[in-house]
Order: sequence, then C-alpha cells, then structure tokens
Amino acid sequence: MSRSMKMICPNGHLGFAPTRPGSFALGVQASPDIIAADSGSDDVGPVPLGSDTSTSPLAWQTHDLELMLLAARARGVPMIIGSAGDTGSNSRVDLYVDIIRSLAAKHGLPPFRLGWFYSEIEKDWLRSRMRSGQTVTGLDARPDLDDAELDATERIVALAGVHPFIKLLDMGADVIIGGRSSDAAIFAAPAIRAGYPEALSYYLGKVLECASFCAEPYGGKETVLGEITDTEVRVTAMHPDQRCTVASVAGHAMYERSNPFFEYVAGGCLDMSECRYEQIGPKTTRVTGPKFVPSDGTRVKLEGSGKIGERYVGLVGIRDPYTIANVDRVIDWAREQARDRFGNADYQLHYTVYGRDGVMGPLDPERDRPAHELCVMVQGIAPTTAMAEEVCMTGTRQMFYARLPDVKGTAGSVAFALDEVMRASPAYRWTLNHTVGLADPLEVFPCHIAQVGA
Amino acid sequence: MTKLCDLAKTIRSKNAGTDKITFDVIFSEPETYRRVVGSGAITRESMSALYRIDPARITDFVIFDPALAIKFTILRDRPSGSPGDGDIFGAQQYAPLLSLEIP
Repeated sequence: MSRSMKMICPNGHLGFAPTRPGSFALGVQASPDIIAADSGSDDVGPVPLGSDTSTSPLAWQTHDLELMLLAARARGVPMIIGSAGDTGSNSRVDLYVDIIRSLAAKHGLPPFRLGWFYSEIEKDWLRSRMRSGQTVTGLDARPDLDDAELDATERIVALAGVHPFIKLLDMGADVIIGGRSSDAAIFAAPAIRAGYPEALSYYLGKVLECASFCAEPYGGKETVLGEITDTEVRVTAMHPDQRCTVASVAGHAMYERSNPFFEYVAGGCLDMSECRYEQIGPKTTRVTGPKFVPSDGTRVKLEGSGKIGERYVGLVGIRDPYTIANVDRVIDWAREQARDRFGNADYQLHYTVYGRDGVMGPLDPERDRPAHELCVMVQGIAPTTAMAEEVCMTGTRQMFYARLPDVKGTAGSVAFALDEVMRASPAYRWTLNHTVGLADPLEVFPCHIAQVGA
Repeated sequence: MTKLCDLAKTIRSKNAGTDKITFDVIFSEPETYRRVVGSGAITRESMSALYRIDPARITDFVIFDPALAIKFTILRDRPSGSPGDGDIFGAQQYAPLLSLEIP
C-alpha cells in the first residue's frame, strides 16, 4: 500500500455529552497520526452565541479535552479542535486555551506549542463592507443582510475553512484550538497540508466529523478512525460492537445536510454524487470517487445571533376535557389580559401546548386530536427582567381565570404544579445565516501560538 | 397496506443549519427501498400534503441510491431556537412519517 494518514475522532460535538473512553483508547492504540474533534454546532440554537456562553458544562469539556490532550502528547501527534465551546466565539477559544494550559500544568506535560485562532467578526467590519457595496448574501431563502438586521445582532462568527488550521500547523502547533469552523475542515486541513487530494481530504472530514454517527448500530460519542491514502478513504468503527458499513457511511453523508451530494466549505464544494462505497472488512468501509470543485475566491458563512429580550417561563396543566377542547380560547383570554395590562409595550408571549402540537406546531397533522391532559409552557419576553416576569406571570396566571361559557369547574381553569414563573435564558434569534467574500482566506481568522508546559 | 415504520430501518429528522429541517428515510434492503420509491407514497407533493405546507417550502427532494434512502428538506417557519420553536434540534418532526401507508 502507498502512504497513508490516520485520524481518530472521539466525539461529534466535544463537550455536549462526554466522550466514551473505551473506544477512544482502542482508537489511540490504532496509532493515529492526528486526534481531532469538532466542538461546535448551530443546532444548540441562538442563545449560546448571543449570550457568549457554552451550552455544555465545563466539567464535560475538560473531560474530553483531557482525554485527547494526554493521548496526543503521549503519542506526539497533533490534537486539533474546531468551533471551541459550542459557538467558537473568542471567549470560547480563550476558555479552551486556558483549559489546555491548566491540563498541561496539572499533568506536568513536557513543553509543546499551543496554537489558536479567532473567528468573531466585528459588526463595524461587516458594515464597512456593506457600505463599500459588497453584498452579504442570505442563505436558505433569507434576504441579503441590511443595516437593521445587523443592528439587531449581538455577535457574529465566521466559519473557517482549512486555512487557519494549516497556517497553525505550519507554525509548529502541536495543539490547535479553533474558532468557529466548517466541520469537515478540521480533519481535511492536516491531510491537505500533507499533500493528499483535496477531494479525499474533505470527504475524510465529512465522514469523521460526527464520530460514531457514521457507524451502526446507533451509539453516540464513540471513536471512529479514518485513514486517507492518495486514492481512497477508509473509515473504521472502534467500538467493539459497532461497524462502518456501506449503508452507515453512505447514510451519514446526508446527515444534518439538506442535500447528500454537496458540502460547501470556504474555498469550494465537495461533490459526493459519484462516491463509491465498498465493505472491505467487518468494521471498515472504503470510499472512492469524491470530487472537489474549487470556487472563485473565498466566501465564508456567517452566523449571527441577536437578543430579543429577557425571558421567564411558566407551566400549567389542563385536565378538564371541555377546557382542553377550548385551549386556544383560554390562551386568547390570557393574551387579552396581557394586552390590557401592557398595551402596546414591547413584549412577547408564546404558548407551547404539549399534548397537542407542542413539538411540531403547525406541521403537526394531528393537532386537532389533543391528549386527555395538556401541559402548556408560557414564555414571557420583555426588555427588562422585571417586566418579563410580570408578562409571563400575567400570561400564565390569567389562564386560571379564563372565562369559558360552559365550564363546569368554576374554581380555576388550569392546574399549577408551581405557583410561580421561572427565570430562563434571555431570548435570542438567529439574525445571520449569510455569506461574505474575503480578500484572503485568513483575513478574519487571526492566528496565535505560544509555548506551553514545564 | 403496510406502514412506513415497518419497512424502513431509519426514519429521522434533524436541523440542516438554522433555517431548515431535513428528513431521512433509510432502508436495509434494496427491494424494500425500491418498493417504497416505486409506490409513489413519498413525493414532494405527498410530503407537502402530510405536513400541510406549500410545496415551495420543500427545498430538496432526493432519491439517494447509495444509502437506500429518500431524503427531503423543508424550510422552517422560524429559525431554530426562536421563542415559540418547540424543537430546537428539529429532531422530532419525523413522527407523522411513521404511520405513512405504503401501498
């Protein structure tokens, strides 16, 4: 066989739930050249990016980073993390850099080089681009960015391609903590740097980024191993009971993507429409035939989150069949009481009716067949916490007093398990799902490096 | 009539970015896959009827032979995690597919 490079991925979203150490140890025993994981996602909604927090507990993040760092330093191979701390914002990169420094000190690790890059975009930078006539293009049916939507935005990150990872490897980094990154780029970067074909390198990243989600039977947070040569990619499940099969690997190509054939990254598009999949061992599938189509210039995807207001949450239960049949009238009554109290003030009330259409809303074909018992979650949102609490309390408690004409039970229309409303995270929304052109693929991804360890 | 959940290995939904939810129906056996594809029970039109959405909200509809899968993607009515969204991950929107009848 010709030359090859092996990578293991222990976790598809580092920190979101702890890595399983058993299959990770097996992966390390397989002598990987790179240990890498993605730590971010826009799946977690707009709150972490907007409020500049992680959605994962520090203990889980530290657990996963510790496993990877100790294994990577013991083997003397690069460890690469993308989209640090769920969002990849600057504060999350700094947090992960600090964790790595602390772990190095805790374990008395010999000196190594720690590289990191940022990916936050200043609003003024983007505004000046727009002023100079550059279009910030909306994705997925969104309009192009305008000033109002930019003004409503709290924080923006750009998705890095392979470029800052390659730059930091060139600078001698042994450990890389990346800002927001395209998932596939984290794994593709070291392979491209080593001279493997771009198409296979990006495919390797595409198939590894969710760890064991490309294996069967279903089981998250288990390590998988990918191996790239000049002609193919092989992917192998490390858990004793999991296998990478033609079906599981091909099926993974479409996971979380609107189209299974194309994956866009900064610098081009991975075309998987002519991929061939072959089972070459009990746990291993071989993939050949991906293509990479470079783009003219570099466009990066932007994610932005904007604050709507402070938020409180209330919960009510309903058991009376007549009240259940008329739950929308109960909600309308409570909304009306809030309107009477707050007039045209800037607030929002949202009702989620569990037992009817709480999960699917208008998409639910069975929303006219409510359960015999309902739970209604009430969200009250307003500019201040005091007002949000009062909005939520009004929207919740007034359900108790709803006036239905034929109700038999006249002592209260709903049940309270808690006679209070609860402070929740502030409410945010995704303001940016756009792309912008860059003059240089490293333009918004400043790279840093420092020596760490005794 | 047979229900889709008795024929498919996997029926799932998940976010595809902040503004879309994608649905995957995956089969174990090529014959079963071809039977369901051939039945015409899962099309752009039938899915827009099942979910009661304008067909234009289905952005992608792919018959994906390598994975023995049918895949389609819809635009959300609001971005994931906006207040009032009941499924931030889009992970439970597949339920109506389970009982879809396949002739």
